[in-house]
Amino acid sequence: MSDAEAALRSLFLRGLAGDAKAYREFLQKLSAHLRAFLGKRLFGWPDEVEDLVQECLLAMHNQRHTYQSDQPLTAWVHAIARYKMIDLLRAKSVREDLHDPLDDDLAVFAASAEEASDARRDLGGLLDTLPERQRLPIVHVKIQGLSVAETASLTGMSESAVKVGIHRGLKALAARFGHGWGGAA
Amino acid sequence: MKTDDLVAMLATGDVAVPRRSASRRIGWAVSAGLPVSLFILFADYGMRRDIVQAMFWPMFWVKVLFPLCIAAAGFVAVQRLARPGVEARGAWWGAALPVLGVWALAVIAWFTVPMEERMPSLMGQSWRICALSIGLMALPVFAATMAALKGLAPTRPALAGAAAGALAGGVGASVYALHCMELTAPFLAVWYVSGIAVPVLVGALLGPRLLRW
Repeated sequence: MSDAEAALRSLFLRGLAGDAKAYREFLQKLSAHLRAFLGKRLFGWPDEVEDLVQECLLAMHNQRHTYQSDQPLTAWVHAIARYKMIDLLRAKSVREDLHDPLDDDLAVFAASAEEASDARRDLGGLLDTLPERQRLPIVHVKIQGLSVAETASLTGMSESAVKVGIHRGLKALAARFGHGWGGAA
Repeated sequence: MKTDDLVAMLATGDVAVPRRSASRRIGWAVSAGLPVSLFILFADYGMRRDIVQAMFWPMFWVKVLFPLCIAAAGFVAVQRLARPGVEARGAWWGAALPVLGVWALAVIAWFTVPMEERMPSLMGQSWRICALSIGLMALPVFAATMAALKGLAPTRPALAGAAAGALAGGVGASVYALHCMELTAPFLAVWYVSGIAVPVLVGALLGPRLLRW
């Protein structure tokens, strides 16, 4: 097991148990690995890399309940990154240009690129396209850091509606991300 | 939005999730679909009247249990394929071995019965409705499992759909076996296996269309 695997896995497992600080550190380190991994494979489209990093992060966040601790984290991360990258490539219909082997799943943590650039697509803009019952819970809880209860009393929604709104809203964002590639998605 | 802002956003609030979601959600799907299949059995078909007597015949148990083995293997495969980076591996063998076993029984039966009984043992009284009925009994579990998969993350949607079909087809065939009067191995080998194969194929075709995420 590589050092990166062990360190990331321990942060991720603490995050899944509810430790938001560990989870944030996990996502930060993960995004650096994803940037390096995807950057190497999408060298023809540097502009797409940061978009895809964000799409992968969102997908991994939304699907974090599908990770089980009996599995190497590398394999889980790689499978999602690969799935999202193939989505992008399919949308660009450049499958024939794919010379790089995609199934070396150890490579995903091999390098790390810390410098976060701006994504081309504006996630904040996408957020504004969500219906209020999803946008408000995300803005209050996930961006301003209010509690679910505070958000509920502020918006007049029930606490469960706030939780459902966050969950569905993040899923909707992920779906809109995919559509942004144009074409097949 | 910068990636660091996205990270901050995702890590704010309650980030905990329940463990073992995949097997739990597929389990719920089966427990939601199975009563509907049983309802169809009792309402539209009826249990075979000699069910108590049938319980003493080995072939009755072969007929009920070989699809259940396929369903169990389908369950293992689908909850694995619902998780990124996990392969189905041995689960496919778990689904294939019961089929191979029934085919072996059918070949033995075919060559041990007199020539004039062979075709009747293959076609039985109900070959026309068997596969279709199994497909109908499989439908509730199939739909519920596909819905559960929508909330999970299959990266190989065709395989995940096929595994959902094996789970549903196995359950459907087991339920239908409580109604069906046929007891010959050649009949099971052809019509039951076809009835289970239909949802498997449908799942493999629908998976890539329905299970995108």
